[in-house]
Amino acid sequence: MRRLGFIIPIALFLMVAAALGLGLRRDPSILPSMLIDRPIPVFDLPGLPPSEAEGLASSDFSGKPVLLNVFASWCVACVIEHPMLLRLQAQGVTIHGLDWKDEPAAGADWLAQRGNPYTLIGSDPRGRTGIDFGVTGAPETFVIDGHGRVRYRHVGPITPEVWSGTLQPMLDRLEQET
Amino acid sequence: MRRLVLGLVCALLMAGPAAAVLPEEQLADPVLEARAREISQELRCVVCQNQSIDDSDAPLAADLRAIVRERLTAGDTNEEVMAYIVARYGNFVLLKPPLDLQTILLWSAPLLVLIPGGLGLALYLRRRGRASAVEPTPLTAEEQRTLADILKTGDAP
Repeated sequence: MRRLGFIIPIALFLMVAAALGLGLRRDPSILPSMLIDRPIPVFDLPGLPPSEAEGLASSDFSGKPVLLNVFASWCVACVIEHPMLLRLQAQGVTIHGLDWKDEPAAGADWLAQRGNPYTLIGSDPRGRTGIDFGVTGAPETFVIDGHGRVRYRHVGPITPEVWSGTLQPMLDRLEQET
Repeated sequence: MRRLVLGLVCALLMAGPAAAVLPEEQLADPVLEARAREISQELRCVVCQNQSIDDSDAPLAADLRAIVRERLTAGDTNEEVMAYIVARYGNFVLLKPPLDLQTILLWSAPLLVLIPGGLGLALYLRRRGRASAVEPTPLTAEEQRTLADILKTGDAP
């Protein structure tokens, strides 16, 4: 009985410390997406100049799984991510772009300078479509399946590790599903 | 000097709480605006997470403040506005998390700490009370004499 009085508090302390320790390893800036396995929000956005007519709408997400990449000309990490997107495009990956909270002209310039990895681009200067997606910053990338449902959200730049470890296997699996 | 201190105190008293809400964001209707402020103070900014969107200068917080005001103008109740934001960003944006299965541990944590802690303290105090309640053994004749000596001379032998 005496000994229990020592063991119980120490055991409790270790349990709490372990739980909090695990919590420290999580990045608190990454919020879970509310859209996982749910249909993407309805939107119909114009494109970037000079091709405003070719925009991006929720109806464009049917048929095969694609990536939707949130970017902006003001986004520093997007510059780092950009070469990776170009490489993926060269490999035949379909990436649609959402130019989020950005001047359409600035977004168009940014892509003209660096190359355009996107099949379709939606311009979202007021950021409302991004907010409907629960975007907290750029870059963010959504994996969207052939039925227009969000299956995964990646916060931050796509690195080679993220691509080969997470996104590519996921796209391959979704491709087989459809 | 006193005047300076008084002046400083007055200046401090006049300073309102700093909020990030810009004049052009505010609604013309003071009742709706008050509700908007109330809701914004309950919503967490997802960029700088320990600030409410009412406090935060982040552009995304400004967008969310604008959305809150739009929904209110459209006739939403406070709960509907909250639900609109939660549908996009999850319960995490509520600075007061709701009581549900996921947060039951969070809400019950104070009780979980307080009840065993209180019980432990009560047990300890009772045990100590009982220990001190033991009758002191009376002094021996030898000790009695020494005590009397000390009391008489004010000095130990």
